[in-house]
Amino acid sequence: MSSLSRNAVSLALLGVLLLAACEREERSYRGEPVGEVKPGAIVQGTLYAGAPSPPPPQRREYEGNAYHVSEGKRLFEWFNCSGCHAHGGGDIGPPLMDEVWIYGGELENIAATIVEGRPNGMPSFRNKIPDQQLWQIAAYVRSMQREVRKDVAPGRDDHMAVTPGEQNQPVTPPKPGGVASPSSEGRGP
Amino acid sequence: MRWPPAPWGRKGRVLPILVLAACSGPQSMLDPAGGQAARIGVMGWILLAGCAFVYAVVLLWLLWALARRHRWVEPGGVLPPQAGVERRLTNGLVAWVVGTVLILFAFVAASYAVDKSLTHLANREEVVVEVEGKQWWWTVRYPDDDPSRSITTANEIHLPVGVPVRVKLKAADVIHSLWIPNLHGKMDLIPGRDNELFLTADREGIFRGQCAEFCGLQHAHMALDVIVHSRAAFDAWKEAQLAPAPAPADEALARGQALFLTSACTMCHGIRGTPASASVAPDLTHLASRRSIAAGALPYNRGNLAGWIADPQRIKPGNHMPLVGVPPSDLQALVAYLDSLK
Repeated sequence: MSSLSRNAVSLALLGVLLLAACEREERSYRGEPVGEVKPGAIVQGTLYAGAPSPPPPQRREYEGNAYHVSEGKRLFEWFNCSGCHAHGGGDIGPPLMDEVWIYGGELENIAATIVEGRPNGMPSFRNKIPDQQLWQIAAYVRSMQREVRKDVAPGRDDHMAVTPGEQNQPVTPPKPGGVASPSSEGRGP
Repeated sequence: MRWPPAPWGRKGRVLPILVLAACSGPQSMLDPAGGQAARIGVMGWILLAGCAFVYAVVLLWLLWALARRHRWVEPGGVLPPQAGVERRLTNGLVAWVVGTVLILFAFVAASYAVDKSLTHLANREEVVVEVEGKQWWWTVRYPDDDPSRSITTANEIHLPVGVPVRVKLKAADVIHSLWIPNLHGKMDLIPGRDNELFLTADREGIFRGQCAEFCGLQHAHMALDVIVHSRAAFDAWKEAQLAPAPAPADEALARGQALFLTSACTMCHGIRGTPASASVAPDLTHLASRRSIAAGALPYNRGNLAGWIADPQRIKPGNHMPLVGVPPSDLQALVAYLDSLK
């Protein structure tokens, strides 16, 4: 093989390597045309009978995708989640950026809370939020405690923010706890 | 000398005439429908004429260089000195540099004069329109001192003919730019900053505006219709828009309304006169009176509306309207109700 064709081959290989970085992730705009929301059960404790069940496929699809998480962030404002939970810090609704989860902090638990509603104020959004958007919002809520990869979590806010973006929050694994306080006692410590 | 045959053949000689056909139309700066656009149009012609002149001179110069007799010089030989030619070339070059500077100064002066005349036009207002750019559609508001007489619509600006209008420009998410070529030049819509445009439409008609600043995936499908009416027709349109949505006239429309109010639609869209009051997506109170849906992506009709609701991500991928998955039987009722919102 002449040195010229060797050079050409190595150049072509280099070019292929460059292409490998072009696609960071797949953006799925469409979701499933028909589907029924099947959110997981509420986590009551950490002890289960039998082997642990595999995590639902949505975890990998939504928690590992920066597009879905940023869409969730937009919808969090659009659907006025901030009206009660503020930007995650909590107001008349409980804070979402701390590690304490009354009804479970896994993706499917959060989706279940949005769909079913919870006592003392959390309304049910059944039939009001399409499946894809539901998982997007749940994945964004998970990103508030950095329970998603750093390159997936949103890096900045559209509004004036006093805290750094979700990307720079410390990782705080969820733990069950807290009490569902009556809405009249929900404000402040 | 004979010119070579045109590459597109004899019939193709009409092609250049077809190009001229694009000069008029609902989205053309060469077909102005207002004083501002007319002045900007004059500036455009001045620039075109100046540049065409420079282009022609450069080409002539190149042709002259080609036509000059070639002088053969042995390799390594020296070109005999040609004092006369050198002097002529130097003079020509100096003249060319001076000419370039003069032409550029003339352009600056013309631009200054046009800008000044535009600001002189913009000294009064009778109608105020607020346009807010969003990914990827336009909110259009007609504010009024009496809040109950304010109008909110989407993707459609209505203007009275011959009346000076102030267009306030805002952006909700990223930078957009409003360009209605028949009425005015481009003006950016910038988040956190209020811009404005003054325009006066001189004749009635329907024009098309377009986002002129790349703003994301569906930038190309972010258009709006501009409808210029007579003053009386404009006032009538305004009165019609002020009315809340009509109540469903029969059983089928009532079912459609119930579907709207109990499904995901109401999370984003508002219809005045019903409990739906969200404002993050276009107001649908008088949807069926508009010319297009999805910011100019499709002309308004029942079929397009049904197709849009059934699968918005096929028509405008990446837009913020999700695939809701309305069952076919419900879809017809929903579309019938929306189509009744004249």
